Amino acid sequence: MTAPTQIEFVLNGESRVAPAGATLAQLIADLGLRSELVAVECNGAVVRRAEHAQRRLAPGDVLELVTLVGGG
Amino acid sequence: MNPATSSTEPVDAPLVVGRTTLRSRLLVGTGKYATNELMRDALALSGTDCVTVAVRRVNLGRGEPSLLDYIDRARYQILPNTAGCYDAKTAIRTAELARELLGSTWVKLEVLGDPRTLLPDPIGTLEAARELVAQGFDVLCYCSDDPRLGVRLAEIGVASVMPAGSPIGSGQGVLNPNAIRILLELIDKPVIVDAGVGTASDVAAAMELGVAGVLLNSAVALAREPLRMAAAMRDACRAGRNAFLAGRIERRLYANASSPLDGVIGGGVIGTGVGAKA
Repeated sequence: MTAPTQIEFVLNGESRVAPAGATLAQLIADLGLRSELVAVECNGAVVRRAEHAQRRLAPGDVLELVTLVGGG
Repeated sequence: MNPATSSTEPVDAPLVVGRTTLRSRLLVGTGKYATNELMRDALALSGTDCVTVAVRRVNLGRGEPSLLDYIDRARYQILPNTAGCYDAKTAIRTAELARELLGSTWVKLEVLGDPRTLLPDPIGTLEAARELVAQGFDVLCYCSDDPRLGVRLAEIGVASVMPAGSPIGSGQGVLNPNAIRILLELIDKPVIVDAGVGTASDVAAAMELGVAGVLLNSAVALAREPLRMAAAMRDACRAGRNAFLAGRIERRLYANASSPLDGVIGGGVIGTGVGAKA
């Protein structure tokens, strides 16, 4: 059996696929987001920015990518 | 020296909230402005040095300018909120994400009851406040104006108790000033009126009660002229604060003349002037 070439995960409530082995940093870059303006939660826990380059997506991960917007 | 010349300006202590010191006692939200440029200019005119922001999912559509590009972080403390959270768990997660985004541990905690009233849920607020304080956050805690709830939050160790003057965005002002006055007597943490401001006199009236500050957003952002209203809020906040510090006179039922009663021509006798009946 060969390893899957793509993995499925959930991003901000939507199902997505990414190449197997992709890191959070690659995902953020692929989405065209400015990394300094994004915070990531994976399966309910914050993943610190310093870990984005090492942290690989795992099948079934539930990600929240958030930023700051206007508010009171 | 000319005895008619004077240039004395009253001084005031800065507002200290947790580990943060603010010069202005007006805190201003960044929501609902027609444009980012208008927001930037309104913030500047308001004189604030603390602005609130919200945490939301990124827009995966396409790149948009970030709100933060329009906020001078050297000038403003950014206070992230947990608006839109209806339970303690979600509010805590949101605060943790805000800490990651901004690298600071202060947060405006909101745990709301329902979308129609946006009234704070006191039980969820208390739960979340306890957890966030334990995590080392400086919690500025939005809450109802119940004085006993404010006492419980102060005991937990929040940095500021922030009672709603009236529902968020309602523009009704401070509906129960007596509750705020009682709260002020019961706790020694800074009390900041958060939500409900409609116009400048609401800010002045709140500050005259002796609260440490006022947080507002819609009243400026949705005014016909947001820039002018921002200036009005700045002036009202200072006016109300100075009036509180100065100490108002007692209310009296009858008049109390400002001019001397003695020395009026004709002896000041009622009904003897020209045109008086003989």
